[in-house]
Amino acid sequence: MNAPLLSLEGVSKTFHVRPVLGPARRVEALRNVSFSIEPGRALALVGESGSGKSTCGRAVIRHFEPSAGTIRFRGADIFAGRTRRGDRAYLAAVQMVFQDPFASLNPTHTIRHHLERPLRLHGGAGDLEARLRRILTDVELDPATTLEKFPHQLSGGQRQRVSFARALAVGAELIVADEPTSMLDVSIRKSVLDLMRRLKEERSIAFLYITHDIATARYIAEETAVMYAGQVVERGPSGAVIGNPHHPYSRLLISAVPDPARRFDAAGGDALAFTRQAEAVRRLAAQPVAGYREVAPGHFIAYSETDHA
Amino acid sequence: MSAPEPLLSVQNLCVDYLTPTGTFRAVRNVSFDIGHNEILGLAGESGCGKSTIAFSIMRMHRPPAFISEGRILFEGDDVLAFPRRRLEAWRWSGASMVFQSAMNSLNPVLTVFEQFRDMLARHERMDRAAARRKAAEMMAMVGLPADRLDAFPHQLSGGMRQRVVLAMALTLKPRLVIMDEPTTALDVVVQREILQEVVALRRRLGFSVLFITHDLALMAQFADRIAVMLEGRIVEAGGAESLVASPRHDYTRRLWAAMPRIEGTVA
Repeated sequence: MNAPLLSLEGVSKTFHVRPVLGPARRVEALRNVSFSIEPGRALALVGESGSGKSTCGRAVIRHFEPSAGTIRFRGADIFAGRTRRGDRAYLAAVQMVFQDPFASLNPTHTIRHHLERPLRLHGGAGDLEARLRRILTDVELDPATTLEKFPHQLSGGQRQRVSFARALAVGAELIVADEPTSMLDVSIRKSVLDLMRRLKEERSIAFLYITHDIATARYIAEETAVMYAGQVVERGPSGAVIGNPHHPYSRLLISAVPDPARRFDAAGGDALAFTRQAEAVRRLAAQPVAGYREVAPGHFIAYSETDHA
Repeated sequence: MSAPEPLLSVQNLCVDYLTPTGTFRAVRNVSFDIGHNEILGLAGESGCGKSTIAFSIMRMHRPPAFISEGRILFEGDDVLAFPRRRLEAWRWSGASMVFQSAMNSLNPVLTVFEQFRDMLARHERMDRAAARRKAAEMMAMVGLPADRLDAFPHQLSGGMRQRVVLAMALTLKPRLVIMDEPTTALDVVVQREILQEVVALRRRLGFSVLFITHDLALMAQFADRIAVMLEGRIVEAGGAESLVASPRHDYTRRLWAAMPRIEGTVA
């Protein structure tokens, strides 16, 4: 096994929220989160909104420093001994692709501008024009028709491809992709996922794939971690976590994924019972995790102090 | 459907948008029926015209959209010919609508109760006390405690807001509820909670649903019949099971193939 490219060790983050009205609160957005990603592999973080999955991604791109724990990139603490040069190298190596391709590209600039700048700033040898073309071809866009266009002249799927091209332009080794397909139409979602898969396989780019869409997690990520209330409740090979979830919260989440084979009017049909069960499972999953037990190689389930397991 | 008369019959509907370069036909000769107590799903990608149809049925379409052809019959009466007062009375009590974003359909500066009261005062001339009782009853029906009536929309979670909208949509016992992507903004667990609630309420109260979504898998779990739209036309319609098991139209097959499916069984 390779050394991990990225590893999170016991990462916690507490936000102190002081609203204009009402009392100040502490929000434990991340609690003791640990996982690692190897080069050319993908880890999916799945969970409901507010589970802490995006906060995790933002910690990795250094939007803020964790309150506790360590994030390592190629073995080095990303917050220790920062230098300008180190910062620049990290920014090039770790790139983010956001959910909204409309908001992440500047509407007043052409696609050429969006890609030329990172190519220039982050150096690299060779003819600029040739590199521009190669990068667009890499993300399956036609350089001849795309380069001089403005973002609004492209479809959502094409724009998202430009976002990936921009990450490639600086030589990204890890891409943090936060719901990159959730604003796209169903029929183009898969092609963007296929692109991610290809970048992973052909260019050994690692992905931290943040999503609420569990079926896509299995499609591109070797490993999946299920988060709830800032904690990882289950983690392991995607096939095992999604196909055979152990933690009650993972079971609840996966059972709610739309499945045409199970009709709502047939499936028990008792709405109140499902809601009560969901509430009970959420309460349980919000308990502090006391530790993890390994149910199969690499497949970890969280347990809390009140568990008898 | 063996029922002699459907609840809603959309016949040959055409909706055009006026644009600077001419008219754009967003809905092209669409016809479908919804039976009593039936859930009809309208599936398709953004821009296919499915929401335009929903707005047209409620006559909530606004310029530059206009209905250029077709009829919309509700229990045999032409909705497009309703005079203003009849239309206003019909909305909420004959047919009601649940939108994708509950935050946008609730008034942010009024409490939940004030929004119920507004509807009940207009339609039923109910006084405050009676409206309060009715609103509390509806809240209980969708699984919300009555004290939430005094909350403002922003104080509720997304799922609770959508439950409030659902409760309001059912208050005047409409025979048709149009749901336009009602759970798209919600998490899957909350989505399932709400749609199971709708299934249970339909069993109890009896109403039909026009359910609009881009999520075919979800639709197959929820709808009795499904119509698939592409570029303003219905390209395939049929029972939910047959549309899952043996889609006929190439576009339906492509839609299915486009989604990574979750495999393996879960308890």
